[in-house]
Amino acid sequence: MLILVVTVLLGTMGLALIRAVRGPTVYDRILAANAFTTKTIVMVTTFGFMVGEPGLYLDIALMYALIGFIGTVAVLKVSEFGNLGQTRPELPPKPK
Amino acid sequence: MVEAVNIVLLGLLVITAVAAIRLHDLFAVVMMFGIYSLLAATVFVVLDAVDVAFTEAAVGVGISTILMLTTLGLVGRWERRPVHRPFLPLLVVVVTGAALIYGTLDMPHFGDPDAPVHQHVAPRYLEQSPDEIGIPNVVTGVLASYRGYDTLGELTVIFTAGVGVLALLGIRRRRQDEATRER
Repeated sequence: MLILVVTVLLGTMGLALIRAVRGPTVYDRILAANAFTTKTIVMVTTFGFMVGEPGLYLDIALMYALIGFIGTVAVLKVSEFGNLGQTRPELPPKPK
Repeated sequence: MVEAVNIVLLGLLVITAVAAIRLHDLFAVVMMFGIYSLLAATVFVVLDAVDVAFTEAAVGVGISTILMLTTLGLVGRWERRPVHRPFLPLLVVVVTGAALIYGTLDMPHFGDPDAPVHQHVAPRYLEQSPDEIGIPNVVTGVLASYRGYDTLGELTVIFTAGVGVLALLGIRRRRQDEATRER
């Protein structure tokens, strides 16, 4: 059963990689990378159960979930504003 | 089973690396690097190197993606055409790599228990460190006691790098403060 899960996961990783390589737009690649993060989390968890030591591997999977979220937010911010330094769209000047 | 998974994952790694080299949109290259380090971390997990996978998750997936995105804000999104021909550097790199591979032929096989690195001090560390140091974790014992000066040197390097970064950031902030004060 777990072997079937791993096989299907590897297949979906390949599909996400094809989307990331072919593009064509940036958003396809962002979505592919995000899907890849999810696949990696499930893969690590499955491996934890295959090895028979799920606790340790679940910690790694949790860390990947948090870090992947941060990465996706940063990527989307750059694609929206052009850099990471800007905190919000340009505000109108304050009235005096 | 594990070998098959490893082969598939390494194949995906190669595809990702080639795609990252061939793309000219640097934003897409950053995405490919993210996928690359996710794959590498999965390989580490499959190889049962869980602590390395932790580090790869924190540094490869998180920090380095953000660092490269920050750099993209400075250098722009598209790769420029190289002005020189890459064949001479390619030749130098190939020759150097071939020499390095030739050099590894004399080394003991990977994982060979008779290799000097496994015979010199490692058995003593494994057998004596609970008595000599009193720390149950051997790795911590080696890092903190047997190689204490080495670790101190590493910490000095990291501290110096941190001071340098803080100096750079602090100088910039002070200039901005003066600019606002003059205004």
